[in-house]
Amino acid sequence: MAYKLIHYINQFFAGIGGEEKADITPEVREGIVGPGAAFKAALGNQAEIVATFICGDNYCANHLDEVAAQMVEAVKRFGADGVIAGPAFNAGRYGTACGVVCAAVNKQLGLPVVSGMYRESPGVDLYRKEVTIIETSDSARGMAKAVPAMAAAMLKLLRGEEIADPEAEGIFPKGIRKNMFYEEPGAERAVRMLIKKIKGEPFKTEYAMPIFDRVEPRPAIADLSKATIALVTSGGIVPEGNPDHIAASSAQNYGAYSIEGVNDLEKGKYLTAHGGYDQTYANQDPDRVLPIDVLRDLEKEGKIGKLYNVFYTTVGNGTSVANSRKFGTEIGSQLKAAHVDGVILTST
Amino acid sequence: MPVVHMCTIVPISLSIGANRIVPTVSIPYPLGNPELSPAEEKHLRRELVLKAFKALTTKVDGQTVF
Repeated sequence: MAYKLIHYINQFFAGIGGEEKADITPEVREGIVGPGAAFKAALGNQAEIVATFICGDNYCANHLDEVAAQMVEAVKRFGADGVIAGPAFNAGRYGTACGVVCAAVNKQLGLPVVSGMYRESPGVDLYRKEVTIIETSDSARGMAKAVPAMAAAMLKLLRGEEIADPEAEGIFPKGIRKNMFYEEPGAERAVRMLIKKIKGEPFKTEYAMPIFDRVEPRPAIADLSKATIALVTSGGIVPEGNPDHIAASSAQNYGAYSIEGVNDLEKGKYLTAHGGYDQTYANQDPDRVLPIDVLRDLEKEGKIGKLYNVFYTTVGNGTSVANSRKFGTEIGSQLKAAHVDGVILTST
Repeated sequence: MPVVHMCTIVPISLSIGANRIVPTVSIPYPLGNPELSPAEEKHLRRELVLKAFKALTTKVDGQTVF
């Protein structure tokens, strides 16, 4: 018996219209619509698209949770075995829509889900961990290549086969690390890689480092004597007892602590929660990591307008980029709301 | 608002994209030095913080190490 699939597409690929129809509400049609025909050919007799879920891009963007819930309902109603969404190419709202419906179906029903997107689609970063996303070209000209790859990945997942090397199959890696056993020990593999690197030959790392982002430098502070300066640290300085239980490594949270009336971080009243460096010196004098004593002096001398009366702290020790980004975004928005003019961030 | 990153391992700060960077003393005591007398150590810390102020009040067009 063939597997049953539901296909998600937007108003444009359904032939309903472009931007002017982007507000249409979700509609489920039996059978294939638009690019469904290409999937029908690629899936052969092994799987069948039993229904097509169509939604306007704007409607979906404004009702992500509601549309995702309706997709989950449709999958249940049709007794489908999986969901294919798109391909969305470089269409941002469409990619996000494909990601959100797939992620919901996978999370709530545990069924395989496959989409296709261009590498810069926001849907890739948002959903690559939960959704099998095939890398496509940036426009619908890549349809002929994207559809067979998406269909092949879906059939593999339906049969319960493992995708061992996602990159080799044109899939954005989900970031899952697995233990592997090789005949050749790590030292030999590392030396072989190094020799290739020295020769300028292509080589592939076994542990890719995350790609970091860049931000535009902010303008300088014009008048420091009127500025409010805040202190933030990844060095783990916390009040005695570590009240928010910030972990010694792989921190899951940050703390915000008042320094109203505090002119010096005294030994015993503050200490470091950081487990990645020798704590002796920071615990002897926490100002060595978070320089509150000299900032209070400089505040009294009028060099700065004011030291902001709350400091933010976390532990930067094996803490994931995702968590760090989240902490940074939250801390930044709180400091902005408090009209802070500049930040000193200390790291150990 | 501008941010100045005070850290010891400058290459990491560069790799993660900090735009204003002030190099510091050592990983376990970025803004201190236990070998100095308390007065000398506080003076060192003050100089580093003043350097951070300079970074915050200086226009930069890209990643800059002060």
